[in-house]
Amino acid sequence: MDEIRKRAKELLENQTAKVVIGYGEGTAGKTRAVFIRKPEDTGQLIFDDRCEQNLAVYLLKHEVKHLGKLAIIATIPVMRTILQVASELQLTENDVVILGITPEKNLIELEGFKSVEDYLKTQDVGIRKEDKELLTKLTSLSLEEKWAYWEEELSRCIKCYACRAACPMCYCLRCFVEVNQPQWIPIAPNDLGNMEWHLLRAMHLAGRCINCGECGRACPVDIPIHLLTFKGVEDVHTDFNVVAGMNATMESVLSSFKPDDKETFIR
Amino acid sequence: MTGTSRIKYAPNVKIIRFPCTGRIDFMLILKAFANGADGVIVSGCHPNDCHYSTGNFHARRRWMVFRRLLEFVGINPNRIVWSWVSAAEGAKWASLVNTSTEEIRKLGPYDSYHKLANKPLEKEVFNG
Repeated sequence: MDEIRKRAKELLENQTAKVVIGYGEGTAGKTRAVFIRKPEDTGQLIFDDRCEQNLAVYLLKHEVKHLGKLAIIATIPVMRTILQVASELQLTENDVVILGITPEKNLIELEGFKSVEDYLKTQDVGIRKEDKELLTKLTSLSLEEKWAYWEEELSRCIKCYACRAACPMCYCLRCFVEVNQPQWIPIAPNDLGNMEWHLLRAMHLAGRCINCGECGRACPVDIPIHLLTFKGVEDVHTDFNVVAGMNATMESVLSSFKPDDKETFIR
Repeated sequence: MTGTSRIKYAPNVKIIRFPCTGRIDFMLILKAFANGADGVIVSGCHPNDCHYSTGNFHARRRWMVFRRLLEFVGINPNRIVWSWVSAAEGAKWASLVNTSTEEIRKLGPYDSYHKLANKPLEKEVFNG
């Protein structure tokens, strides 16, 4: 923790970065994102097991971007997000200083995207064990059981769009869900609209989701919506052998193709 | 060619034209179910025959992901029939419509999705 504070202070003092995005103490025992702009404030930075939020979501926010060059406390999901949004041409190497945190909570300096790519190759970037188990369990159910499960879960959705706000890949300035001529997805939280919204979200994240699980954590009614996008992560891996967020120059999975893509269902 | 060749096929399909399979947003397929369809045929030019050169390749990738996602949430993927049919394959089109109609008839009306779509909440909210 002291290491992080010291490094953040250096960066701010020598003006390498204008802001350090990190974790700070929040309310009710939770952590929150802090945006440190003065060297003397770096004492607010903390890092412990509670620091799960994917901070990369702030990198593309207009109001944060315009503060100047950003430094970010980057756990593995954050690094992957950075590479993914870089591959989508939303971020360049010069926009961000990456203060990498290893799973053992040590600080590592990562200069440039190439070193992030190399570092990630040595790390486990798979879906967490408990989510993997849930996925396997759900996949093994019959169609009727799956439908019943998701119908029930998604009926609780209150359409607050916290999942969208928390997701660093959902950076479109105008989201598809706001298309209202014609009204593409009902505004009010009704069962059909909820189902359509979550399927749309999952599809728009297919091949881009880096399985940080932030959407599921952000959900105020605890719907495991991250499983929908995780499903896409698995499928894209099986079908196209692609893992998102491992390479800053890769082509987007669903906006590219191979002439010999293999499917089994088209007659 | 089906019509020109005077080939008869089941009258159960409502044809919705798109410029290209690449234009078929996955949500349009869901909207068909929401509007009362029991099944959907998604069809277009064969790969390598695309008028826009790559539209159907992109569409194919999207469908591969979409189909698995539908199955994951419990929507029967067999309710959507995918097929490449070129403009010259009149006979293939007729047999595709006939077999798909039969298959989907066996699956019966898609009550679970229609029930979801016809929940009265929206009406209550918007019409007081």
